[in-house]
Formats: sequence, C-alpha cells, structure tokens
Amino acid sequence: MNITVTLIGQMAAFVLLIWFVNKVLWGPLNNLLAERQKRIADGLAAAEKGKRELELSEKRAREVLHEAKAQAAEIIAQSEKRASEIIEEAKADARNEGERLLAAARAEIEREANRAKEQLRAQVAALAVAGAERILKREIDDKAHAELLQDLVSQLR
Amino acid sequence: MSAKESSSGSSTVEYIQHHLTNLCAGDCDPVTHKAASFWAWHLDTLFFSFVLGALIVAVSWRLSRRLTAGVPGGFQNFAESLVEFVSTQVKDTFPGYNPLIAPMALTIFLWVWLMNFMDLIPVDLLPVIASFFGIQYLKVVPTTDLSTTFALSLTVFALIIYYNIKVKGVLGYLKMFLFHPFGKYLVPVNIVMTLIEELAKPLSLALRLFGNLFAGELVFLLIALIGGTMAVGLAALFWLPLQVLLDLGWLIFHLLIITLQAFIFMVLTIVYLGMAHTTEH
Repeated sequence: MNITVTLIGQMAAFVLLIWFVNKVLWGPLNNLLAERQKRIADGLAAAEKGKRELELSEKRAREVLHEAKAQAAEIIAQSEKRASEIIEEAKADARNEGERLLAAARAEIEREANRAKEQLRAQVAALAVAGAERILKREIDDKAHAELLQDLVSQLR
Repeated sequence: MSAKESSSGSSTVEYIQHHLTNLCAGDCDPVTHKAASFWAWHLDTLFFSFVLGALIVAVSWRLSRRLTAGVPGGFQNFAESLVEFVSTQVKDTFPGYNPLIAPMALTIFLWVWLMNFMDLIPVDLLPVIASFFGIQYLKVVPTTDLSTTFALSLTVFALIIYYNIKVKGVLGYLKMFLFHPFGKYLVPVNIVMTLIEELAKPLSLALRLFGNLFAGELVFLLIALIGGTMAVGLAALFWLPLQVLLDLGWLIFHLLIITLQAFIFMVLTIVYLGMAHTTEH
C-alpha cells in the first residue's frame, strides 16, 4: 500500500520542523512584532504627550504675552503720567523762577528809585542850604558860623 | 517537459505509472518497485520534504539574524506579513491562547505550500536529472504521497485527542462520545456519530490534500504526454504550442490550488484544535 513507514519519518520531520519554525521564525518574528507594536504605541503616546505639552505651552505663551502687553500698557501709562508730571513741575518751576526774577527786578527798581530819592534829597538839602545861605548871608557871619556851616555841609553830603 | 520516447498506449500508461512510483527502499516489490508492506521507505518523499523543511529552517535562521525592529527590509517585510497573516487566522478562529497553535499553523502553511510547489516544477525535469545518477524512480511531490499527508493529519489528530483530554478530562472526552450530538437517549447513535466525526477530521485533512495534489500531478503528466506522443513530424507545430499553452494555464490555476490547499490544511488544523479546546458543545 501507499502508506508506509515513511509516515513515521514524516511525522518526526513535522514535529521537528514545528520546533524549528517556532525557534527561528515564529518566536523571533513575533517578539519583533510585539516590540515594534510597543515602540509604535510609545511613539504615539509620546506624540500625544508632545501635542498636549505644545498646547499647554502655547497657552502659557499666550498668557505671558498677554501679561507682558498689560505690563507694557501700564508702564506706558505710568511714564505718560510721569511725563505730564515732569511737564507740570517744569511749568511750576518756570513760573516760580519768573516770579523770582520779577521780584528781584522790582526790588532793583525800588532800590534805584530809593537811591534816586536819596540823591534828590541830598540835592534838595544842598539847594535848601544854598537857598538858606543866600537868605541868611547877611546875618550870618562867615567867621562866626563857618564851623557850623562846614558841619552842615558835611552832613548834607 | 516532453515525455520520454513513448508512442503506444501501453507506454503512455507506463510513463504515468513510472512517474507515480516512489523511490522505494526496504520492503519493496522487486518487479513493480512499489512498497510491498508497511516497512518500505519512500526515499524521494523523505528527501524532498526534508530538503524543503531544511530550506525553511535555513532561510528563517538567516532572516532571524538580521531582524530589525525598525523599518523592515524586503524579505523581512514578506516574512512579517506571513507571520501576521497566520497570526490573524489563529486569532480569528482559535479560542483562547495556546503557544503551540500558531507556530504549527505557520509550519503547516509553509511546508505544505513548498511541498505542493514541487508540483509546479516540470514533471520530467527532476526524474531525468535523477536518472543520470542511476536513480530510476522519482516522485518529486511529497504531498502526492499518502504517507506525508497522513503524517501531518495524524499528528494533528494526536494533538486533537491530547487537547480534548487535557481540556475536558478523560471523562469529559468520553462523555462527548456518549451524549453528543443527540443527548442521553441515543447513546449508541451518538457513539457512532461522534466517532465518525472525529475520524473524519484526519481522514479528510489527509485525503483532501493528497487528492488535489495527486490529481494536479496527473493533469501535468497528461499535458506532458501531448508533446511526447502526438508531436511527431509536422504535427508538432500544432501540438507543442498547445502543450505549452495548456501547461501554462494549468500552472497558473494550480498555483492557486497549492496555496489554497496549504491554507485549508492550516485553517482546518486551527479549527479542529480550537474545537478540542472548547468544553461545551
């Protein structure tokens, strides 16, 4: 018949081949596929994580930008306020200075006026003395009153 | 592919019979060169199946040393898709997990396919080459030998029985014979039915593969005979192209058949072992 002891040989070969295939083909490739599967899963998870982190950092960047803008606006407002303050101060200073100068000028004018008055007074005194001299010339003895007159002149000068 | 010098009807039969005779060693009939009893070795069957098995191991071994978990190259891609394919089949049809099933399914698919593939080698090529070395008989397709197909199916059958007993217990396995499929009132019928059902598994596995490949081989031989017997003189101008055309057609068709048969053997093995693993029927 056709079925012979070859059957036994083929069975042994079959069992042996299963063992070999498991050892050199199925096992390594299956491990490899599992490893790759894990790798891909890890990669996808990492990508997902990265995406989330990106979103987070974008959000944070927006916040920081917003904050910076607010800060900048505040600084600008402050500096504008400060600038107007400085201008006001400068204006006030200028006004004070002007007033001071004005006051000084006025004092000067007054002083000049006083001096002029003094001079006028002196001259009036001289004129008065001169007038009085003319009036009194006849009655006043030059010799008797010379000393007195001299004193008067020196006082008027 | 041309047949050897055979012109009459009797030599046609001789040609075919010669091709279907294994290289026998041991207890063989000295006249017909057929196995006389069980104790005869079919050396060609053993040789080709061993060589093909060794080929699988060698190629896998070479591949396994250059495996990379990164981007796979050409051949690794192919091997991976093959493994994935078998893995999918096992996952789809096998309940639970058994580390033996998938490697066995892969082995069956690869080995049976390669042994079937020997059918596509021109029928006279290897026997003629062998005749130069003084080997007079050579049947190159191991799966056209019942010894091979039964070796596969009986190994599967042994595993079916083993897992049936392992999963269901000896009593559970016997109960399956007694009370399945018609319940406890038809025990004798049940025994016969289940016995037939169980025995049909290895028988159908072995005979389906054998029948398909044997028939395929026979058709190749008949096509080869066209050139050998009819192509004489001017008639060769008609018969030789016809032979080439028919041969090509059958080759393409047979390529589908050998793949299909390897696939069916694999899937049925998974299914049968899956049935052995399920407790309730």
